[in-house]
Amino acid sequence: MEGDRTISSHITDTTFAPLTVCSELMRDLPGARTVATGYGRHLFARHWKCEVVTEIKAVAMGARALLPSCRTIIDVGGQDTKAITITAEGKLHKFAMNDKCAAGTGRFLEVMADALSFSREEFAKAALSAVRAEKLSSMCTVFAESEVISLVARGSARQEIALGIHQAISSRILSLVKGVQIEDDVLFAGGGALNACLRRLIETGLDRKLHLPDQPQIAAALGCALHGDLH
Amino acid sequence: MWEKLGLDLDAHDALLEMLGQLYGQTFMSQRNRPKGMEYFDFVMSEVHGLRIKEIVDAKEEGRKVFGSFCVFVPEEIVLAVDGILVGLCAGAEFALDEAENLLPRNTCSLIKGAFGFTLSNVCPYIKAADMVIGENTCDGKKKSYEIFRDLVSDLYVMDMPQMKNEVDRDFLRHEYRRFAARVEEVSGRKIEVDALRKAIGTVNAKRGAMHRLAGLRAADPAPISGLDALLANQVYFYDDPVRFTESSNQLCNEIEERIGKGEGVFDKGAPRILISGCPMAVPNWKLPTIIEGANAVIVGEESCVGERGTRHLTDETGETVEQLIDNIVDRYFKIDCAVFTPNTVRLEHIKEMAKAYKADGVIHYGLQFCAPYQIEAGPVEKALEADNIPTLRIDTDYSMEDVEQIRTRVEAFIERLKG
Ligand code: SF4
Ligand code: SF4
Repeated sequence: MEGDRTISSHITDTTFAPLTVCSELMRDLPGARTVATGYGRHLFARHWKCEVVTEIKAVAMGARALLPSCRTIIDVGGQDTKAITITAEGKLHKFAMNDKCAAGTGRFLEVMADALSFSREEFAKAALSAVRAEKLSSMCTVFAESEVISLVARGSARQEIALGIHQAISSRILSLVKGVQIEDDVLFAGGGALNACLRRLIETGLDRKLHLPDQPQIAAALGCALHGDLH
Repeated sequence: MWEKLGLDLDAHDALLEMLGQLYGQTFMSQRNRPKGMEYFDFVMSEVHGLRIKEIVDAKEEGRKVFGSFCVFVPEEIVLAVDGILVGLCAGAEFALDEAENLLPRNTCSLIKGAFGFTLSNVCPYIKAADMVIGENTCDGKKKSYEIFRDLVSDLYVMDMPQMKNEVDRDFLRHEYRRFAARVEEVSGRKIEVDALRKAIGTVNAKRGAMHRLAGLRAADPAPISGLDALLANQVYFYDDPVRFTESSNQLCNEIEERIGKGEGVFDKGAPRILISGCPMAVPNWKLPTIIEGANAVIVGEESCVGERGTRHLTDETGETVEQLIDNIVDRYFKIDCAVFTPNTVRLEHIKEMAKAYKADGVIHYGLQFCAPYQIEAGPVEKALEADNIPTLRIDTDYSMEDVEQIRTRVEAFIERLKG
């Protein structure tokens, strides 16, 4: 970043060799002040000179920069779903996170999209086009996947299953979000925010408008960069 | 000696290796520890060695050993017949599958741990105990003692009140008298008034040393880590009470010197955390390791392995055994365990502790499937936050799978405290 202007951003998968991926990314940024976040933050910090912040604090800072009036953040990422509140002064306040399992996270959506042979974009579109939903009884990623497969085998419509999956995950997210005191404005961050069906279901469930930033999946990275600037 | 106790030697070796490794990683890597901690390191390293030998020798001299799972079991009564009381709580997962053969999966880790240790024949204390004392506190323990009865030589179950009215005090008195009679029977000795008074004095001195240690932790920079203080609170349940008291007081002398010199184990101004909730038995150091690994210091434990268990002394005045037992009842009746309803005293105590030890925030520790503490956690969190005491709830078990998730939450909470 330069001041509060982002000069370059890069998104890549961590893969099974995260340090190699990091080396490649860092090669293009010699000497840049670095702040690490996410599950690999401490691993990264053992190899590069950097500061470390949690993704909770990072996304809170990023959200505040993207939307200064933001008080609540819903962040649906690959591994975790979080609900975070910030004080009127912009300080991190309460947060809630999903339990150990992947139910209610982006990972759940990815697995289900694959089970229905949808691309990520098609998946949300198909769900939005359904008028009724095929209810899922299980939220465990493993059980839900086999349930989806048997629904397909029974001849249920793919888009109805897709809507059922979106409903199941959004009810998970909603119960998590209701565990913190929601205040306007609410920002939707993380890769999950790109899913239009999820957005709509959560807005309806909360009866509030969600603000969608450009590139919601890098809100935490933005927060890190700003943190590096402040400290 | 081990074989005589009926231990499974291979499994016992495996347990010792695990313990030794974990201990080294957790405790020996801390910087600038008080020298007085060497004693506790020694006791821990000998927890399956010299201490057991001492107990076995005492048994040979005719002393009786009693094992307990709860701080409601009055040590004074056991000491009055020259008995030995040891804590049997298990702080690690061991032989989980065997335990789950007997118990539903949604049983708390403490209970499963105790079953696992017993079933796999690795706990010398359970083996050495002439009588194991259960107590009808939570439903989990109450019902599992029905199964546990078959796993130990002699299980005695103490009934417990659930409320704090006068009839409940009478009930506890009745139960303590019944317990005293049973202890007399097992030991073959009568409880004499002088011996009971002396026993009260011994336990008061031990608790007094812990009060002293607790008070010293109010200093900034923190003169002792929370992990080390927890260790002292854990050793409390295994060690000879008189020797423990001496060693703890020595540790406190050293800590006082440190405070005088402004020395500490964490930087001055490091975020200060109070832990509150379920007990952490040896070797359950999981959450404290994460917290102190994130450079925050634990300044107190509102826990049965901590201040809930050691707080309050017993009045030593009284001319008869009955009077002294009444004093004991009055002291124990104040324990604010979540199995009681209502239990608002506990919330007041958490607030008092937060203030006294200058905590910046409270981390509420709940064991999964522990209804009493997990249910109290919600109202406790709400009330503390309303009082401007930042609070984080962590619900977990003994497994290590969720360590990274907990680390993220704890670090974010510390970031919140730093503002
Ligand atoms: S938490 Fe309650 S049941 Fe457990 S040891 Fe403490 S007093 Fe006993
Ligand atoms: S932790 Fe809770 S459920 Fe487990 S034994 Fe103690 S009170 Fe009972």
